[in-house]
Amino acid sequence: MIDYLGDLFEGLFVTFQLSFTALGIGVILGLAAALARKYGQRPISYLANAYIEIIRGTPLTVQLFIIYFGLPSLGVLFSPTLSAIVALGINSGAYQAEYFRGAIESIGGGQMEAALSLGMSRVQTIFRIILPQAFRLALPSWSNEAAYLPKYSSVAFLVTVPELLARSKMVISRNLKPLEVYFVVGLIYLATIATISKILDMVYEKYKITVE
Amino acid sequence: MGTGEEATGDRYLTKVVSVRDVWKSYGKVEVVKGVSFDVEEGTTTVIFGPSGAGKSTLLRCINMLYPPDRGTVLLRDIDLMKTGGKINYYRSRFGMVFQHFNLFSHMTVLDNVMIGPRIVKKIPQDQAKTIALEALEEVRMKDWCNHYPSQLSGGQKQRTGIARALAMDPEVILFDEPTSALDPELIGEVLQTMLDLAREKKTMICVTHEMGFAKAVASEMIFMDEGAVVETGSPEHFFTNPANERTQRFLSRLTELYGRHESRENLAADEK
Repeated sequence: MIDYLGDLFEGLFVTFQLSFTALGIGVILGLAAALARKYGQRPISYLANAYIEIIRGTPLTVQLFIIYFGLPSLGVLFSPTLSAIVALGINSGAYQAEYFRGAIESIGGGQMEAALSLGMSRVQTIFRIILPQAFRLALPSWSNEAAYLPKYSSVAFLVTVPELLARSKMVISRNLKPLEVYFVVGLIYLATIATISKILDMVYEKYKITVE
Repeated sequence: MGTGEEATGDRYLTKVVSVRDVWKSYGKVEVVKGVSFDVEEGTTTVIFGPSGAGKSTLLRCINMLYPPDRGTVLLRDIDLMKTGGKINYYRSRFGMVFQHFNLFSHMTVLDNVMIGPRIVKKIPQDQAKTIALEALEEVRMKDWCNHYPSQLSGGQKQRTGIARALAMDPEVILFDEPTSALDPELIGEVLQTMLDLAREKKTMICVTHEMGFAKAVASEMIFMDEGAVVETGSPEHFFTNPANERTQRFLSRLTELYGRHESRENLAADEK
């Protein structure tokens, strides 16, 4: 049984690459969309809103297929891995935007007024007062996203990225033991996600704040 | 106007703030309707009136948190409606203290007070810390400087809020119902702090219903209702013979609610 673990761990490494890169892209897109939606002027806030609603309203696989199979007809050709990262990042950003926005909303307008009344600019206030709190408040729900992504990234096998699930299918085609191999793969996902959740819980406990 | 009978002696008063026919509406609702008054250096002005009278909005018009729709505010003859892009700077010359404190939850008491000098005035860390500690000393919060807002009582939060405003060395401090969200037993410590500031001749504009405080230190009182000034005058004027019938009714209702504000006058008594 041990002989194919090496293959699976190579796959797990690709899964990590996909999910952590996508998570990072998602943080940037999510923050930008949340801020645009909350503080942006008309056209910008509408754009952010449209992004969030469209992505959350369509399946991840459709988004992935549009990027991998659809864009080449417009002359945009991404490698399988890059397609998967872009799709996962854009998808995650839409969900993260809502987590960040919720956190920003819960801080309320009072602290914004207080910071402005000290003479701080809006941008200073957002970066010094609002976002440091929004990160902390969003962390519990944001942890979900970090825990989902390694699992969701398995859709990348549909576009031939050799991540964990794709590797397991290759192993099974050799040893013909689907029950055993999928069971092991399940355990690997489980251990991965439990570890991520545990780490984020510790981070949350360390930095949590009470907003009144 | 109205300040002629003040027996304070120092009659070389200079105008710090001049509110000129300020109007403000939210959508179709007119909230402030043509308010004008002057505030002289080193004096305390008390604004009071029923809720919904536009007091808090007026206060936010004064430091341009909500720029007026019409009219303007002068800070030492500078028209705050015509500051170009420099409104953040002029706003920093006002301090503001809020009903719900609005302390920054992710910062300690010390950092809450330091951030203004640090970020707005760009004062180096160690000097900003000295300034902040002085401000905290003034409100007797120095021992709490490493605590977070969630670990403080309401009165301590509000005193920290006052220190945060003081650390910017403002020319005027605006108080927006600073004691309204406090438990009764915590009101005294905040009022005492405000009395100390008034005694030090800080210029203050206070929206408050603490009539004991007004009696002790206000040089001018302004009664507002439905977005407009109904009556202006000294505390003596208001507590002996308020002219307007609406003022009389409001004051007697306050007396009914809070008694003859004696308990809080005790604390104010030694000021007179």
